[in-house]
Amino acid sequence: MTEAEANALVARHAVVFNRPLIERLRGLLILAGVCLYLVFAWWLFAVGQVLAGGNWEIAGSYLADWVSYEVRPNIKYGEGTLEISYPRFSPLGDDPKPDWVVTQTAMVDRKLGAGGGVTQGAGATSDAGFLGSLEVAPAPKEQDSFLGSMDGPAPSGPSAADPVPDAQSGTVREEAVVTAEVSYGGETHIRIEPGLVTVTHGGETLVLDIDRREAVTARGPLPEWASQRQPGAKVIARFGFAGRAEIEDDEVKVRRRFLGWENFVFDTRSPFWGKPASEVLGLIVSGERIDPARSNLALAWDNILNNSEWQHGDVWLKLLQTIVMAFAGTVLASLLAFPLAFAAARNIMPNRLVNHVLKRFFDFLRSVDMLIWALFFTRAFGPGPLAGVSAIFFTDTGTFGKLYSEALENIDDKQREGVRSVGASPSAVQRYGVVPQVLPVFLSQSLYFWESNTRSATIIGAVGAGGIGLKLWEAMRTNQDWENVAYMVILILLVVFVFDNISTLLRQRLIGTPRRA
Amino acid sequence: MTATTHPPLLSEAGQTVERHWRELAGRRRLYTIGGLAFMLLAMGGSLWFANDSNAGKFFDRLPYLFDFIGQLIPRDGWEIWRALFDLPSPYDDGSLKYNYPDGRVYFTETLYLPEYFYKMLETINIALVSTLVGFGLGFVLCFLAASNLTTRRWLRFFVRRFMEVLRAFPEIVIAGFFLAVLTLGAVPAIIAVSIHTIGALGKMFFEVVENADMKAEEGLRAAGANWVERVWFAIVPQVMPNFLSYALLRLEINVRASTIIGAVGGGGIGEALRLSISRTHEAKTLAIVLLLFCTIVAVDQFSAWLRTRIVGKQAFEFGRGA
Repeated sequence: MTEAEANALVARHAVVFNRPLIERLRGLLILAGVCLYLVFAWWLFAVGQVLAGGNWEIAGSYLADWVSYEVRPNIKYGEGTLEISYPRFSPLGDDPKPDWVVTQTAMVDRKLGAGGGVTQGAGATSDAGFLGSLEVAPAPKEQDSFLGSMDGPAPSGPSAADPVPDAQSGTVREEAVVTAEVSYGGETHIRIEPGLVTVTHGGETLVLDIDRREAVTARGPLPEWASQRQPGAKVIARFGFAGRAEIEDDEVKVRRRFLGWENFVFDTRSPFWGKPASEVLGLIVSGERIDPARSNLALAWDNILNNSEWQHGDVWLKLLQTIVMAFAGTVLASLLAFPLAFAAARNIMPNRLVNHVLKRFFDFLRSVDMLIWALFFTRAFGPGPLAGVSAIFFTDTGTFGKLYSEALENIDDKQREGVRSVGASPSAVQRYGVVPQVLPVFLSQSLYFWESNTRSATIIGAVGAGGIGLKLWEAMRTNQDWENVAYMVILILLVVFVFDNISTLLRQRLIGTPRRA
Repeated sequence: MTATTHPPLLSEAGQTVERHWRELAGRRRLYTIGGLAFMLLAMGGSLWFANDSNAGKFFDRLPYLFDFIGQLIPRDGWEIWRALFDLPSPYDDGSLKYNYPDGRVYFTETLYLPEYFYKMLETINIALVSTLVGFGLGFVLCFLAASNLTTRRWLRFFVRRFMEVLRAFPEIVIAGFFLAVLTLGAVPAIIAVSIHTIGALGKMFFEVVENADMKAEEGLRAAGANWVERVWFAIVPQVMPNFLSYALLRLEINVRASTIIGAVGGGGIGEALRLSISRTHEAKTLAIVLLLFCTIVAVDQFSAWLRTRIVGKQAFEFGRGA
């Protein structure tokens, strides 16, 4: 192209090549405006401050909780002995002896008075152990003394070596743990002896001297994975996903993390707990009755439904409530909106006033948000699916009324004329001239909203309208049951996925034209 | 023409057709009745179950519903006005119920913004920021998910599944998670609504992109333009009006969504509404409902007007991908 040709082109299409400045800069100006607005919003919501103030370390452990669980033994230093205790609802059951905690025991002489000495300081720092030390005999080896003393007033010591009190000298001779080695998998492990803790991780070894109830001092500099706020204070060693350990001046708090959902099928109280699947199956099919009152299958099913950690029965029931909320709400709304839409459509109901009033009524139902209806009906009916059904019903009557009447106003008039020309009654004109045209559209809209309401029902559930939303919200509020949250989210996603497909399938059959997903 | 009383005589072929038609009609009727019976059963079961597992039973609670509506009537009509504009109430007894002026947000000594207007603005801003963030990221992602622009199957597959997860993941969980990590307030709500918006807008955007006219793109390809140039100069000008229209629709949905998230701890007007309903502050509740109603209608109208300006009277599908 020569220069002359180019110039001629520019001259011919001056509008394209010489646009006004405003038009040329419009995109840039809008972009600048948006950026300015975002800066303003950043300031308005103090986003930087909030993000900086966030507890991101906790976020990491919450996220890890979605797919894993922690076992948290506390190992307490005694007079030349160690005391290992597990929290009350440990995922390992009541009397755990995991193979990643290796203990060595020895016969130790202990003065009876020493028990009193233990009580003084321990109450302030640890929940486990101090109740046990109030008993006459010092807590023997590996007893979850907190549990033992909670279960009943009677001394519930383990069957292992009962202490033999020696009345004359005031001492007992008993078997007690003297060293414990906690393995975190791989090369990482902690060896705990009274007065000395050795931590090995990533090829480095950290030796800590424990001055009981006084100070924790490291020999040599701390490795990168360990931290200490001030000299003498507790040392926290982090091993990434495997967990961490807090080495304090009176105990070591072990936090060992395992991948997976613990006790997902049976909880620790169930007789089937901890048994391999084949054995459980064997018991169910041909085993002796564990509970004489019912079969093993019934017992197993009952144990699964009432799993104390996962609450399968309750979760499924709540999920069903959510599904029912979406289903009943959508169907009721469609049923009510169907006749109303005919009255609201201009081409079917000639009365302008009725059209107008009904349309404003639909707008009102739709614009008073589902949230408001949900809060309102929760107050009226009490929390539960009834409130959810009503909220969806009210909102969607508005939405469907609007959509249906718009569809009715767009129908082809020829069919109606045809039916009318053979002398059909007005209702027959609607039935044979209008309904066949719009019914697929109506059903398709309803199906679409049915699926989308399944999602909405989850959300309004959280404000009190019942269903899985409420359960989800409660689980999140505790900040500890993130694995339950993950479980419920997976169930919700599954349900939404299934309904999405059913609704798409049905809509395709109704409308005929396949939609691209 | 005279009407015959007996059916017209049909040829043998005609009788076959007639028989087939009767069979078809009979089967259809059967399906219809079966479907209706199934629906009736499902509805009956659903309603029974909903009623049974509810805290209060429908017929027991129905009288209280009207009581509750009665409770929503304030002592005098002007109370709503006063609650809305934070004017002092003549019934002020120091309780939370009548302390309207306490919530004023002062700009200067005398100029103030009423509490609920401020909260409403906060909610609108949450929705606006989330829509903008969602628009930006959805815009970037959608071209990677469109089959006419991205030839690598695995990339398309990955981006689409990613957007699906963002869309399907319950907003309430994202909000709850960030409420636990950050403090209560608007930022978790923004994050939750934005994440959902990215997925929802991304899906609509890539469908628009897939329907774009590829001739302009071919022209640029012939002139040797690279991928970014082709997308920017051939596709974007075509799809931008539709993108904006969908973004405006999303804005409407997001205003509602951020109100709901607000009610579970995300701040803004939703929280105020939940508190005032649960404390039975009737004037405050009505003021908020009124404000919310007007705002939602205004946002819907504004967005509809802007959409018609941008894409003309094109039919849009209401609420898709909500």
